[in-house]
Amino acid sequence: MPSLPDVATPDVVTLAERAAAAQSHDPHVADVALKPAFFDWLCRMGDNSLILGHRISEWCGHGPVLEEDIALANTALDLIGHTQMWLGLAAEVEGAGRSADDLAFLRDAMKFRNLKLVELPNGDMAVTLMREFLFDAFHFELLTALTKSSSPRVAEIAAKALKEVSYHLERSSDLVVRLGDGTEESHTRMQAALNKVWGYTGEMFAADAVDAAVAEAGIAPALSDLLPLWQRTVGEVLDEATLSQPEQRFDAHSGGKKGRHTEHLGYILAEMQFLQRAYPGASW
Amino acid sequence: MYAQMVKSEGMKSPEEMTPEERAFQERVDRGEKIEPKEWMPEGYRKTLIRQMGQHAHSEIVGQLPEGNWITRAPTLERKAILLAKVQDEAGHGLYLYSAAETLGVSRDELMEKLHSGAMKYSSIFNYPTLTWADMGAVGWLVDGAAIMNQVPLQRTSYGPYSRAMIRICKEESFHQRQGYAIMMKMAQGTPEQKEMAQDALNRFWYPSLMMFGPSDKDSVHSAQSMAWKIKMNTNDELRQKFVDETVPQATYLGLTVPDETLTWNEERGHYDFAEPDWDEFFEVIKGNGPCNEERLGARREAWDKGAWFRDGLTAYAEKAAARRAASNVAAE
Repeated sequence: MPSLPDVATPDVVTLAERAAAAQSHDPHVADVALKPAFFDWLCRMGDNSLILGHRISEWCGHGPVLEEDIALANTALDLIGHTQMWLGLAAEVEGAGRSADDLAFLRDAMKFRNLKLVELPNGDMAVTLMREFLFDAFHFELLTALTKSSSPRVAEIAAKALKEVSYHLERSSDLVVRLGDGTEESHTRMQAALNKVWGYTGEMFAADAVDAAVAEAGIAPALSDLLPLWQRTVGEVLDEATLSQPEQRFDAHSGGKKGRHTEHLGYILAEMQFLQRAYPGASW
Repeated sequence: MYAQMVKSEGMKSPEEMTPEERAFQERVDRGEKIEPKEWMPEGYRKTLIRQMGQHAHSEIVGQLPEGNWITRAPTLERKAILLAKVQDEAGHGLYLYSAAETLGVSRDELMEKLHSGAMKYSSIFNYPTLTWADMGAVGWLVDGAAIMNQVPLQRTSYGPYSRAMIRICKEESFHQRQGYAIMMKMAQGTPEQKEMAQDALNRFWYPSLMMFGPSDKDSVHSAQSMAWKIKMNTNDELRQKFVDETVPQATYLGLTVPDETLTWNEERGHYDFAEPDWDEFFEVIKGNGPCNEERLGARREAWDKGAWFRDGLTAYAEKAAARRAASNVAAE
């Protein structure tokens, strides 16, 4: 073919098989008793990344300054990369012949397992950043603990993702401080954003039977262990940002982890899944 | 190629040049690079600011038509690739604004000129992206046309511009490949996918040819820019090269270029092809294209709505600097 000779790579299947063979052996992946909880938990990990990545990607081309536009796209890109790994492993654990793409593009809202926090609309940059910071602070502690998971596959993904999420947290906490302690307007907006999303943060730490099962298998930490670490980071950053922690309950809104979502998720999926739904079976 | 109809100053003969101008022209002729703090004719500086500014604006406005499909990309991999590509475009904008700043204009000034309409961006980004195949067509045709101009610009006389182009070209050639890969999937896919691919080619063919700008073989502006090596080829040369390379690629895809007059001219060793509708081109340049309002509107809105954010960061930086100064005084 003229001048674009290496577009078609015929050996991708071989490359994928070789990569799969090089992966660590993980007894949890084939554990039948653990499967329903492990699968559900992996969907939670993947769906949080996918939905937050989707929301952040909505900013592409519309950021307040070029450097932020690049940083937002970069963050979204990292999160979509994590999604491919988590949902890929979820599909493997399920063993029903579904792929990561099938899970992302062919499940309806009630089968999505992400936190309500990450599906909230972007609002202004204050809401986008505050939502990201509160999630990053949790995500960072969770991935740090997961690098010591009894599941080598989980630990590998966590180690890769942690490198990127460390940077996400560094960036979002830095911006929360700067904007909280910036102008009167930026302070007011950041405080309003904090008040708006605060009631959605408790769901991150609300453990249920799925969390208990993966914690017992040594795959994931007890969520209650992460709470004081998160509270310390959030407390320090908000203090430096001259923002006050809202008095309202932080666990006012939950249910996302079990598939009970806000009205917003349906619209996200309608947009995200459009092509796969409109042209079933097509290859892209 | 994201700079169209950039005005340059009238050209002087060696006798009309001042000794400084003559020495400058001799350096350019020898292939030396001109660096930011060195003497340069005002016309050279102004033309470069217009050209690099327009190129930078095109990169960031160019995020919008492709950004339009990020949330609807059909697979996780396609989504990641598209995000990375659009992020690259923003990065190109950043290199080019920074390179333009070395000529003594600030990024904010350039932005203001974009928002007021005093500076343009490439006409191509005023066309809509209507189906997923457009992500293929934009990469293949639009980035393909851009590369035709940008590859020779790697040898341009202005050092910072040349270095920015070298980095940009590496990424653009990857972009073109990913666009072509999408087209290949679509052209070999279901009948609906093939229809989308053909439709995308039909819609993007002539606007891509317009990207090179109208014929400039007799243009005084082009002659001066070429003498200064900030324009390396005529618009017609580049357009011909693009057609010659792209037609066989379309054939390989099994798609039909929407030009009934297209024929291989054995004698010339080039394709003969139909000119795009230049009336349409001038209408789009004037602001009457299908998406001018949306594109410029989106950029203005992002800037206006981001004012509090930029102000907040500036205020913090000032406070932090004052605090550092105060603690230094206290330490002494």
